[in-house]
Amino acid sequence: MAEPLLQVDNLSKNFGGIRASDALSLEVVRGELHAVIGPNGAGKTTLISQLTGLLHPDAGAIRFDGQDITQVPAYQRSLLGLARSFQITSLFLDLSVLDNVLLAVQAHQGHSFHFWKNARRDRDLRDPAMAALKRVGLTERAMQPAFRLNHGDHRQLELAMALAANPRLLLLDEPMAGMGPEQSARMVEMLRALKGEVTILLVEHDMEAVFALADRITVLVYGRVIATGTPQEIRANAQVREAYLGEQEATHG
Amino acid sequence: MIRKLNLRAVVIATLLAALLLLPLYTSLTGDRFALTLFTRIVILALAAVSLNLALGYGGMVSFGHAAFLGIGGYAVGILSYEGVGSGFVQWPIALGASALFALVIGALSLRTRGVYFIMIPLAFAQMAYYIASGLARYGGDDGLTLQNRSSFAGLINPSNKVQFYYLCLALLLGSIYLVWRLTNSRFGLAVQGARSNDTRMRAIGFPTYRYKLACFVISGTLCGLAGILLANNTDFVSPAIMFWTRSGDLIVMVVLGGMGSLFGPLFGAVALLFLEEALSRITEYWQILLGPLLLLVVLFARGGIDGLLKGARRG
Repeated sequence: MAEPLLQVDNLSKNFGGIRASDALSLEVVRGELHAVIGPNGAGKTTLISQLTGLLHPDAGAIRFDGQDITQVPAYQRSLLGLARSFQITSLFLDLSVLDNVLLAVQAHQGHSFHFWKNARRDRDLRDPAMAALKRVGLTERAMQPAFRLNHGDHRQLELAMALAANPRLLLLDEPMAGMGPEQSARMVEMLRALKGEVTILLVEHDMEAVFALADRITVLVYGRVIATGTPQEIRANAQVREAYLGEQEATHG
Repeated sequence: MIRKLNLRAVVIATLLAALLLLPLYTSLTGDRFALTLFTRIVILALAAVSLNLALGYGGMVSFGHAAFLGIGGYAVGILSYEGVGSGFVQWPIALGASALFALVIGALSLRTRGVYFIMIPLAFAQMAYYIASGLARYGGDDGLTLQNRSSFAGLINPSNKVQFYYLCLALLLGSIYLVWRLTNSRFGLAVQGARSNDTRMRAIGFPTYRYKLACFVISGTLCGLAGILLANNTDFVSPAIMFWTRSGDLIVMVVLGGMGSLFGPLFGAVALLFLEEALSRITEYWQILLGPLLLLVVLFARGGIDGLLKGARRG
């Protein structure tokens, strides 16, 4: 198998006495959708924050495409091709939907001291932005102010902004959070379409979605990896059942 | 929707036509007062356009923009007093001084947030006010009378009222065009993104501080230009030009006209100065009438006059 796109080695992070990451290791293979699951407080968000550079690990290393990025600051990681969608949507609400995505594209095209040329007509910005909006099905709402969209569409717009940066690895932090069943189903469809094109690390509570989408699943408990494998392997893993999936899932599965 | 849109276009076209034809009207009727009033309106509209760039597009509530009026005005006044009458020398120096002052105020104030951001430009403006009051050589409190308006080697004669009016109008329209280009550029998009959600902007890799600072400097320089014109218009400059209430007037114009709208500051300046004229004929205490009117605008017409003209498009 080729070299993994993301390699996490023995990552450790303590908050006071709590081990949020405990010698955590995992590998994300190119082209796969890799899901991370675990009960509340398992350290999933801490892991994502260390991957994006918002938190710095106490020990361990993160390698992205062969390069050690453990000490690389957040904004540079985003320039390297690591894009993140936020768990809590953080959009430019009073700007248009298109402007939101334009800014995400613009962030990756060098400095913005261009004072004269119309950015909204600049094909270098507009084409990738419109392509990203098309991906998530928001083309027709491009000119509306972002505050007009509903919660589900806000999440889609978040995803479009992450995609617009042309990432090599997409980190999705609970993209279905707060969504109704219909919106969740739409998001699952979209992620299925994205699969294979871009490597995805998905942190998600919605088990149905995770087992439907993931090529590989890593289970975290108290900051430690207790199992990694295909959905079938994880379903069959006794330790996982005991720690996490519980009786309910076991009987269904 | 289309009709509403046209209403706005019609109002803008009418206003611009009126501004362009005004000298014709005054020469036919001999109404010199109208020309004086409108020159003033045009100059203050330019100041409001400059403030709108920082306040409306950049979200920087500068409660000290009148300082730039003073710096532009005093640069012209002092140079003229010292025997430098050429506009080709006066104006670049005045603009440079405004830009430098904006750079200093912006660099300090943009490190702070919220009410502190408002206080720092205000403090600097008041400081400039008191420094000007203390300049005994240049008239101190009483101000400084310009011996001559800026001269442009015979190209334009600012002492001719009609020529000066057109000069001001051309600069106003030029600055509106400049703001239009700026706000639609990548730079403008970055500035508006920073206004909308600064944290997110930094998270996706924008060093927002430098874009906001650049925006503030451009805004301050444009306001300095308005100061140059104001001093030339009245042949006089005094500390009162940068008193804090004057900064307040500029904010009122921007809010009244519509923050972050291209023609809003022009609407605001025309409306405010007209109201001032009209209401002060009714009563000496015209501000008592103006206050509630502004309150209504803030409460019921968030987008100001421009927002009302756009009408149904938003609501």
